[in-house]
Amino acid sequence: MTIIDNTATVPSPRDGADHTGPLLEVRDLHVEFHTRDGVAKAVNGVNYSVNAGETLAVLGESGSGKSVTAQAIMGILDMPPGKIPQGEILFRGQDMLKMAEEERRKIRGRKIAMIFQDALSSLNPVLSVGYQLGEMFRVHQGLSKKDATVKAVELMDKVKIPAAKARVSDYPHQFSGGMRQRIMIAMALALEPDLIIADEPTTALDVTVQAQVMDLLAELQQEYNMGLILITHDLGVVADVADKIAVMYAGRIVEQAPVHELYKRPAHPYTKGLLESIPRLDQKGQELYAIKGLPPNLLRVPTGCAFNPRCPKADDICRTEIPALVPVTEQDGADLPGRTSACHFWKETIHG
Amino acid sequence: MADLSKNDEAVAAAVEAPVGRGEPILQVRNLKKHFPLTQGIVFKKQVGAVKAVDGVSFDLYQGETLGIVGESGCGKSTVAKLLMNLESATAGEVFYKGQDITKLSGRALKAVRRNIQMVFQDPYTSLNPRMTVGDIIGEPFDIHPEVAPKGDRRRKVQELLDVVGLNPEYINRYPHQFSGGQRQRIGIARGLALNPEIIICDEPVSALDVSVQAQVINLMGKLQDEFNLSYLFIAHDLSIGRHISDRVGVMYLGKMAEIGTDEQIYEHPTHPYTQALLSAVPVPDPEARAHRERIILTGDVPSPANPPSGCSFRTRCWKAQEKCSQETPLLAIPQRFDGLDTPAAHLSACHFAEEKQVVPVH
Repeated sequence: MTIIDNTATVPSPRDGADHTGPLLEVRDLHVEFHTRDGVAKAVNGVNYSVNAGETLAVLGESGSGKSVTAQAIMGILDMPPGKIPQGEILFRGQDMLKMAEEERRKIRGRKIAMIFQDALSSLNPVLSVGYQLGEMFRVHQGLSKKDATVKAVELMDKVKIPAAKARVSDYPHQFSGGMRQRIMIAMALALEPDLIIADEPTTALDVTVQAQVMDLLAELQQEYNMGLILITHDLGVVADVADKIAVMYAGRIVEQAPVHELYKRPAHPYTKGLLESIPRLDQKGQELYAIKGLPPNLLRVPTGCAFNPRCPKADDICRTEIPALVPVTEQDGADLPGRTSACHFWKETIHG
Repeated sequence: MADLSKNDEAVAAAVEAPVGRGEPILQVRNLKKHFPLTQGIVFKKQVGAVKAVDGVSFDLYQGETLGIVGESGCGKSTVAKLLMNLESATAGEVFYKGQDITKLSGRALKAVRRNIQMVFQDPYTSLNPRMTVGDIIGEPFDIHPEVAPKGDRRRKVQELLDVVGLNPEYINRYPHQFSGGQRQRIGIARGLALNPEIIICDEPVSALDVSVQAQVINLMGKLQDEFNLSYLFIAHDLSIGRHISDRVGVMYLGKMAEIGTDEQIYEHPTHPYTQALLSAVPVPDPEARAHRERIILTGDVPSPANPPSGCSFRTRCWKAQEKCSQETPLLAIPQRFDGLDTPAAHLSACHFAEEKQVVPVH
């Protein structure tokens, strides 16, 4: 039992030592899936970047393309049916989409690692966790079985699994949900990567365990000065850990902002609606604001702005013209660094 | 036999009698459910029991929403199943309008069941994929034909679809043609079909997207006013629990840790578990993260097959002392607050109950 004073643990973005520019940059990424019913455009031109030591939260509902983007970065997209017709994914300035498979394999796991949502189905049930953790060292560093097991115990200690030495030969089903997620984190950390992509790492966990896991992740991130892409639909988790946020809707980023700014003054009606529609622990209201309608079918994305059928501000221009992601400024035209919005009426939304 | 059926009729009559607003409609007393753990294949012998629900008592008043919150494995869903009589209780009573439903059977039980309906968590697995929406919502009428005469059913189902905000023309569609939120509306329509008085909702929105959650929560609030329903709302999301509930009970390892009005629980919690649970909830406000105190519990929930002696929370509690391992704290108003006119004077099962503000006040 520890009481943590949060003032000390807010992670601050730091720049990487040996390179300039962002650690990872996604430029105009498109992903589509060819299905029997037609082409589903899951990602339609996503741009974002992460620096070392920085946490970028990618926020969106199911079907918004947030996980598909992550899979494209990791190079674990099923192709076919998936296809990347356009775009660049630059890791330290090198386009990973143009690399040979051999080269990408060297980056995957060693430089960029991923934590998956469902730890039980992501771990192999017939292999002990020690074997699975040690695999990273055996494959990437050529360690012997014995040395790899020693390393695995060290890792389990690192993520605070009690009695690591005794539990290294246990199987995944012998661990609780929170402990399994710790093993996933340990596996991602094994080779001390520069960037971790966490896809809904705490969604399947209880709140008390969720807090433990998020704290652990933040601690390790600071220790190794890693970049972190946190994919989630939970606005509460984002507020607790992120430095900047990208909100996705129907395969596009609709708004990007530093975390404090986004919650204070959203510049896109979708973000605004989301913030107003969540019940709050510290407030009791009568009726929640609800965004009407449903997220769009990716086979038939509405023309113009994809959000227009659900938007309270929608006008004729929204039904015909796709809004570009433009920089957001103060009323007097002063710059708001890091803020962009893809709405024809962002001025009214943020200042109105 | 004649005597028995007369008794059934008496129960059925008692069940039909209306209950005034604010009177208890469901009283749960010391309810227990122990699942046996057995060893051996031919000669099974019981070696222990998973104490899923271990002595839970509460009242549900007419027209209110009672939220039950807790982590997975705390027994909240088992309570729901016991109230529906889908599991038989090991011990304890559930009084519905004064009738103990754990001891009923036959016609009397059927009459009671009509009035207590359930909405399930997962809208993907709780609807039969081979049945049309009309058949799903109309199925309760096959079991209780007195509610809707045969020729009238189609119209009734369409009415129900309209009530939950779906197009009545969708009556011949199949579940896979609907989104998650729409499916949950179908589940709610099925729950409403027999005009029940109580609806037990087992995490009805936790499988839905954020923007759709709000729609379903609002719908449930509207239906409660319209049909004068009492809800037992089971949730692991404490924010939703607060939003919808009039009173909230916090469960831990098969026992009720604390119960009170939403203000008492959320703003004046006295049980350390409630305080830890509330402080761990991420608040969607980055300003709050700087000046928020978080209590991070260590470890996991102990196994209900082998719960700790005394207070079941003591293994994770920072206040635990010798007394906690010996004496099981009772769910009562803590002595230090007894008789005082403060929101902290509500039922809490802790030897060292004290108030602690964990949710930021605006």
